[in-house]
Amino acid sequence: MNHFLVLPIVLPALTAALLLLLGGRVGLTRVISFASVFVLLAMCIHLFTQASTGDIQTYALGDWVAPFGIVLVLDRLSALMVLLTSLVSIAALYYSMQGWDNRGKYFHALFQFQLMGINGAFLTGDLFNLFVFFEVLLIASYCLLMYGFGERRLRASVHYVAINLTGSAIFLIAVSVLYSVTGTLNMAHLAERVATSSPDDIALIRSAGLMLLGVFGVKAALFPLYFWLPTAYASASAPVAALFAIMTKVGVYAIFRFTTLTFGGTSGASADITTPWLLPVALVTLTLAAFGALAAKRLLEFIAYLTIASVGTILIAFAAGGTEGLSAALFYLVHSTLIVAALFLLAEMISQSRGEAQDTLHSGPALLQPVMLGIAFMAGAVIVGGLPLSSGFLAKLMILQSTTQSINMPWVWGIILSTSLITMIALSRAGSMLFWKTTYEVSATAKAPVAMQWLPVIFLFGCSIMMVIYASPLKQFTDATAQQLKTPEQYISTVLGQTTDRAPRALPKEAM
Amino acid sequence: MELLLSTALGIVTACGIYLILRGRTFSVVLGLSLLGYAVNLFIFAMGRLTSSQPPVIVDQAVAFADPIPQALVLTAIVIGFGMTGFIVELALRTRNDTKSDHVDGQEPGQTDDALKTSTVKEAALQASKVGKTA
Repeated sequence: MNHFLVLPIVLPALTAALLLLLGGRVGLTRVISFASVFVLLAMCIHLFTQASTGDIQTYALGDWVAPFGIVLVLDRLSALMVLLTSLVSIAALYYSMQGWDNRGKYFHALFQFQLMGINGAFLTGDLFNLFVFFEVLLIASYCLLMYGFGERRLRASVHYVAINLTGSAIFLIAVSVLYSVTGTLNMAHLAERVATSSPDDIALIRSAGLMLLGVFGVKAALFPLYFWLPTAYASASAPVAALFAIMTKVGVYAIFRFTTLTFGGTSGASADITTPWLLPVALVTLTLAAFGALAAKRLLEFIAYLTIASVGTILIAFAAGGTEGLSAALFYLVHSTLIVAALFLLAEMISQSRGEAQDTLHSGPALLQPVMLGIAFMAGAVIVGGLPLSSGFLAKLMILQSTTQSINMPWVWGIILSTSLITMIALSRAGSMLFWKTTYEVSATAKAPVAMQWLPVIFLFGCSIMMVIYASPLKQFTDATAQQLKTPEQYISTVLGQTTDRAPRALPKEAM
Repeated sequence: MELLLSTALGIVTACGIYLILRGRTFSVVLGLSLLGYAVNLFIFAMGRLTSSQPPVIVDQAVAFADPIPQALVLTAIVIGFGMTGFIVELALRTRNDTKSDHVDGQEPGQTDDALKTSTVKEAALQASKVGKTA
């Protein structure tokens, strides 16, 4: 058993506990928190290289055998997601050390709890455990969202917490319905049981599956469940918003996992459970997000809409493109998470160098460091809009290519291309408003971004550029990941092993 | 017993949903708690309804109470309790800071002007803080 597998969850948990004990000692907590995330990154790279051989590894917590105990599973998708999380979090954490972490007492501890929840959600192979890790990452995100207080954050928090608590309730209903019919909570075991369920149970299983899709839709901010996101993300502090860029992807990950594994069968209860919903919903999400971006009144809100648009694009590719589309979707997922995180950080730098005009998209005072910020914003716009030679361009090209065989091709191409145009218009409008339509005076409250803020942004841009340079190996990896996801037999047999003693639960009839 | 339980679940869930859709934070918190209770009972019932049965499988037993939903319910109760505590505190804090217990943080019909002035105030506050630390 590879004990490395549990470390991405245990390390942040222990670090968070230590940081809570240390309390408000800023210098020490910064060092410990950053060192911990750095070690986490190294571990995730290690896990990534292990997973890229194609082997699936499992870790039975407490050494309880698979369908009975909780297992952690590391396949290519999980490894990619935890690596992406640690890349984004190291940038966000470094950025926060410029002063954000000083405004409250437990920023670093909350940050580590959030990482623990996200990593756990990516690694777990158990449905109820997934719920628990969702709750861990949510409670940390509630606190981080309110971090620094202020009325705007409180208003956004009430909505965010209420919708997520309702989502959790529905998640629990779906989990218990699935359990009542199949008698298991292990995802691989569920896949087996769902595929061989009796015809009487099909309706229950399908409704539970759709409830799960709804819950993951809330997390991923799909239409019509995305209305909480723009206000919440726009009112979070910059490093928190950057970390939240990965949070919507937790929902996307869960949708990938469930549609390919648990409901991956082609017959019986699992057949086509999400197909009628996913593509239309994703297309509407992308369209509305593009218009939302066009109508946004603040830069942070604008970027929040770009986050929603990225989720829409990913799920379009997933729903319309088959295996090739899934590979393109994964490539786009990595690209969009990195660039959106970078833009959230950049937005706060722009906001602070405008003084009290903040990030409103109105003409305002001149900026401090206009050239540097302008170049960075343009680079970000080129990448996120998907102009040639950027990772966004490659990713969109892959998505378009993967859907050429689909009967939905006209819809997919039409909407992706036209929303790209709308996004480009919105980006140019925001850019010209912020950088060109200014007065000559710099605001008195303006504060120039410092090197410590620039570094994480450049790091994230650098990651995006590396995606272009090493596009071929990365594409090979996402191809292999998509292949692995589309053939869940390997996952199931690795998790359940050779245990033959998995007889169906012998429920006495009179107890029913 | 099935009829009693399912009716009770239905009534509690309906009350919960009604309260969640209300405009004041107090009702929403109550609604979320009620929905939480209904869900917990539902999980419990999903292990099938039994009475006076052992929770483990022994050779002599003809029937058993499924222990897993009971464990799940415990976890869900603990998490739900923590979340309720959090949202109560959040609602109080919002009521205190925004002078309104509406879920939007402002009375219906109130314009966004109040919001704007508060944003400017917040910015000034932050700027003064930054000045102090520098």
